[in-house]
Amino acid sequence: MSKPIVATTSLAGCFGCHMSILDIDERILDLIHLVEFDKSPIDDIKKFSRKCDIGLIEGGCCNSENVHVLKDFRENCKILVSVGECAIMGGLPAMRNGIPIRECLEEAYLNGPTVKENNKLKIIPNDPELPILLDKVYPCHEVVKIDYHLPGCPPRADLIWEALVALVTGNELKMPYEVIKYD
Amino acid sequence: MGQKITIEPVTRVEGHGKVTIHIDNEGKVNQTRLHIVEFRGFERFIQGRPYWEAPVLVQRLCGICPVSHHLAAAKALDVIVGAGTGEGLTPTGDKMRRLMHYGQIFQSHSLHFFHLASPDLLFGIDSDPTNRNIIGVALANKDLAVQGVMMRKFGQEIIEATAGKKIHGTGAIPGGINKHLSTADKERFINGKKPLNIDNMISWASDAVDFFKDYHSKNKKLIDGFADFPSSYLSLVRKDGAMDLYHGVLRAIDKDGKIILHDVDYQDYLKYIDEEVRNWSYMKFPYLKEFGRQNGWYTVGPLARLNTAEFIDTPLAQKEFEQFKSYNNGKPSHKPMHAHWARLIEILHSAEKMKELLNDNDLLEGELVIKGKKRHEGVGLIEAPRGTLFHHYKINEHDQIEMCNLIVSTTNNNQPMNEAVYQVAVREMNNKKEITEAMMNAVEVAIRAYDPCLSCATHALGQMPLEISLFDSKNKLIDKRCSFQ
Ligand code: SF4
Repeated sequence: MSKPIVATTSLAGCFGCHMSILDIDERILDLIHLVEFDKSPIDDIKKFSRKCDIGLIEGGCCNSENVHVLKDFRENCKILVSVGECAIMGGLPAMRNGIPIRECLEEAYLNGPTVKENNKLKIIPNDPELPILLDKVYPCHEVVKIDYHLPGCPPRADLIWEALVALVTGNELKMPYEVIKYD
Repeated sequence: MGQKITIEPVTRVEGHGKVTIHIDNEGKVNQTRLHIVEFRGFERFIQGRPYWEAPVLVQRLCGICPVSHHLAAAKALDVIVGAGTGEGLTPTGDKMRRLMHYGQIFQSHSLHFFHLASPDLLFGIDSDPTNRNIIGVALANKDLAVQGVMMRKFGQEIIEATAGKKIHGTGAIPGGINKHLSTADKERFINGKKPLNIDNMISWASDAVDFFKDYHSKNKKLIDGFADFPSSYLSLVRKDGAMDLYHGVLRAIDKDGKIILHDVDYQDYLKYIDEEVRNWSYMKFPYLKEFGRQNGWYTVGPLARLNTAEFIDTPLAQKEFEQFKSYNNGKPSHKPMHAHWARLIEILHSAEKMKELLNDNDLLEGELVIKGKKRHEGVGLIEAPRGTLFHHYKINEHDQIEMCNLIVSTTNNNQPMNEAVYQVAVREMNNKKEITEAMMNAVEVAIRAYDPCLSCATHALGQMPLEISLFDSKNKLIDKRCSFQ
């Protein structure tokens, strides 16, 4: 039987969930015998080269590009997993959800102490090359169907490891009470 | 016919990035840009939160080096709770934080070296990109891969022992630290079974420096000849001019090594540094006020730190520092690929520092926290793995954050990265009939020398799959291809 194929991506996340994947340490050497990686920052493959079995998503959606990438993952992966608080409920970036986006931009580019005196033209980045910011940060399951959620900020490495093994072998994952939190 | 070339997605630079290159009707490169396309709005949405939340919240901007944000925020809050700047903490508070920080530098630099640099050095820049990554290394040279994985693991475990968690811990609090090192942890880091003990880490770090020097002697052209352009450099240094990654005064030097910012107190950073906003990138462009927007930009990171420091206060790293300096005739090195060399010397220095600290009993006992007269404003700086990181907070009378200003390492390197892209594009693409993937790759190599963030750190140098769009002078798409399908 050919090995299951895994893809991963980071949307509006901090890359901490990907770092937690690396925190499986020596087991990464087992992992590469268990599965193959396709599109993922871990192996530097940027485009889907084939249909994948498992897609791991870090981060929610804060701009049009995130939505585009997430839909692409849904189309190309049989199973999609929201990994970590940001993917599951927006996480820290979603702290902006109660605030008009204009205010966030003004604070960063017009009012900050290192810009307020010298940004005389009152420039706020706004160029066709920049993706459009969404009104708020959306969790992944509000954009596409998500099959599983792995809690944590980031989910601990053991949990990610066990979840991958469970998905690959078809066994049930034990999720003890202590890991269901978002610290 | 004019062209616009877009390279995307480039890197994750605390957000995603892409490069556009405009070529005019005569085939000349007339504009290049590295766009950072992600925006978070942290400065605004942190307002109103109690100040002590900052060190745990702000690190979630970047999971690659969360400890740096955690500590920079804590250092700013030390000032606010009246615990002074850097020197004011108790010995336990200061040393626990330093151990956490050296653990972080050690793991992050190891990740960079083994995941980014080693695939190239092992397989060569022109090899098949499907293998030129850490997975390829693991399959081809298991020992080297194990070494990389274990060095990173050691650093992460130091962080866990000091901060409570490997990623997004809680160790540093305003005015100090929330725990001691346990004797069991101390024992295991010093006398643990090989490979996970500090002596072995020092010896592996030395091996890695040797590996690089050997490679350098055989591949001078790649390491010395790549996109060399003059820059100023900025970093913290200890008051006596030694390299200090955790605390110090702010120094900048010009391209010839002359000091142009004289070891100033960073609480006054607003006197010296401003940022320019350009409408095509969410990342701002910092510069030294005195020299203006055009000329005031500077580079930060490992290369900057080796250029600004006068010596290193640990013996093995000092020996390597001397070799590095004499190779560059005592002048600042402007060679982006020398950043790999500098990074490895810092890995060695961090390992030596960790050993010093692990043998210090102040970590096991003593006062954890200190407080003084409350203030309403504080600035915290630290040398993160990728360079100087600035945090600045103001609070109101209800202890709520009122203002927050961050200048992160990658932002400090914004102009140098743009400069490097331009230099390489002009050199490689000017007046060429056809734009090849090799030319595109050279642009990527230039950006990645600055180690902007994880996807960078995991990309094999120079072989990154690119999406390239060619536009005619009316911006109509005329061709699109991907180097990896
Ligand atoms: S869940 Fe936490 S670790 Fe994961 S991307 Fe979000 S902030 Fe980072």
